Amino acid sequence: MIGVGLLLHTKQLSRSSFEIATALIVPVVQATLAVYLFRAGDEPGRLLEAAVGAGLMGVWSSVLFGSGGAIQRQRWQGTLEMIMLAPRAPALMILPITLATAVTGTYAMLATLLWGRLLYGIPLHFAHPLLFLIAVPGCILGLGMFGLLLASTFVLMRNANALTNTLEYPIWLVSGMLVPLTVLPGWTGPIAAALPTTWGARAVHEAASGGPVWPSLGICLAISLGCLVVGALMMTYVERRARAAATLALA
Amino acid sequence: MSEYAIEAAGLRRTYRSRTGWLRPQRREVEAVRGVDLTVGNGELFGLLGPNGAGKTTTIKLLNTLLIPTAGTARICGFDVVDQTREVRRRIGYVFGGDRGLYDRLSARDNLRYFAELYGVPGREQKRRIAELLELVRLDGRENERVEGYSRGMRQRLHIARGLLHRPQVLFLDEPSIGVDPVAARELRQTVADLAATGTTVLLTTHYMAEADELCGRIAVIANGEIQALGTPAELRHHADGRQVLEVEAYGVSDAQLAAIHVLPGVREASVTVTGATQMLTVQSDAGVDVQADVLRELDGVRLGRVTARQPTLEDAYVAIVNRVATPPRPLEAVAA
Repeated sequence: MIGVGLLLHTKQLSRSSFEIATALIVPVVQATLAVYLFRAGDEPGRLLEAAVGAGLMGVWSSVLFGSGGAIQRQRWQGTLEMIMLAPRAPALMILPITLATAVTGTYAMLATLLWGRLLYGIPLHFAHPLLFLIAVPGCILGLGMFGLLLASTFVLMRNANALTNTLEYPIWLVSGMLVPLTVLPGWTGPIAAALPTTWGARAVHEAASGGPVWPSLGICLAISLGCLVVGALMMTYVERRARAAATLALA
Repeated sequence: MSEYAIEAAGLRRTYRSRTGWLRPQRREVEAVRGVDLTVGNGELFGLLGPNGAGKTTTIKLLNTLLIPTAGTARICGFDVVDQTREVRRRIGYVFGGDRGLYDRLSARDNLRYFAELYGVPGREQKRRIAELLELVRLDGRENERVEGYSRGMRQRLHIARGLLHRPQVLFLDEPSIGVDPVAARELRQTVADLAATGTTVLLTTHYMAEADELCGRIAVIANGEIQALGTPAELRHHADGRQVLEVEAYGVSDAQLAAIHVLPGVREASVTVTGATQMLTVQSDAGVDVQADVLRELDGVRLGRVTARQPTLEDAYVAIVNRVATPPRPLEAVAA
């Protein structure tokens, strides 16, 4: 069921003209920002790292807005009630949606790397090309599971978008997607360590620029699995709350 | 197997909302105020009522989408609050309108997804989907994206989706809303066929003819409470002792309508607008001839056909609903 749901939600998402337009424009902006940031920092040798970081930001945005926005979109489409009516655990109905948002986020990574190569001549020389091909889907799977935890809170909130917007920049900043964690204040360390995004980003960076990929990827997936379990439990609780508060439908 | 497909006792639902941060204002709306009803296995039961009467809320309480504030409900013997999954396995839900489908997917993909969700076994899915596409006459168009479908086609797809897992109880919430007359007739035939095969159907509708044609029993709900319940023939008795005068007119004002309403012997008066034509319907006591008085009040208005007739189910419905309508009236014109 998760496989069919993932396939069809990915199909539904990737056919949206808004999504396509966003996916075309945002990576250019993010690649440009990253490249100039690193050039200004006199670190032109780390341009690939910059492009990968920008791509990760795109994946995170896709998961965040996808998970929050997908629930809201299900509400607008009138499908949230229909999927919640299925005789299944609520988490099983929502997980394919959050995974699909992560899968469509892969496009942001690819597009950012492509734009970086075409516009700024960034050499795509990966330290571990094969591991990069494993780290990216692994990171995406982790983020998709983390998305379920986010989505479980969004089911209850009719104005989930407000929460979504406030989470975008802090998370990619604290996760070290673009800026190294060492330059951030010390108090952000524990927060970063608890986020699967941090370990996912680290695994992808290590695959691109060199470093032990597996430990980071393993920690990312372990934390994400924890998020999945908590998200699934929360989803059951939240679904009941939503039925009591009448927030499954728009009206 | 339970004796009844649907049982509700003292069902109540209050919506609570809060607006504002600095000076929060709390608002409570009692949408359903103690509904009691039972629907037998295989029965086709109608729930009629004006907008905001509590029809959709009642359906959502019965199909587990809402939790009742008070009271209990059971579907095929299973409690809608504590045995949600058992209830969901046995019900289908179809509502009217354009929403509720994945527009950028084809009809086949929509059905495939919901078949997975509703637990239709993999080996059976293909055959079941083909069967339903044929039933709702979407075969041949099943690979087109739903965004290109007409409202009638979407409605038919909704029905196919609701039937995928062969539900014992089907909730149809205004399924014919916005559907053209030919499609509506076909829809009625589909619903009648379902009931004939033993599916219990709870149908809400605004269309009296639809309820009259299909339903074995009808409950009229208004103001969150069931005001009348019975067979269509029994409900017609609510208009006993009345007669109906219909006047085709062009330009009846609110003031004239209000004046007609207070004429001696007049019980109800309303105007329905179709294009440029108004249809004034006046219900009066059977023994009182109000025609001359009504026509005098319409002095200066261009008139068409004037007909006196016996009350129909629709007149009985108007009588029941208006009995609980909050005074004072002027009656408003309703666009058909």
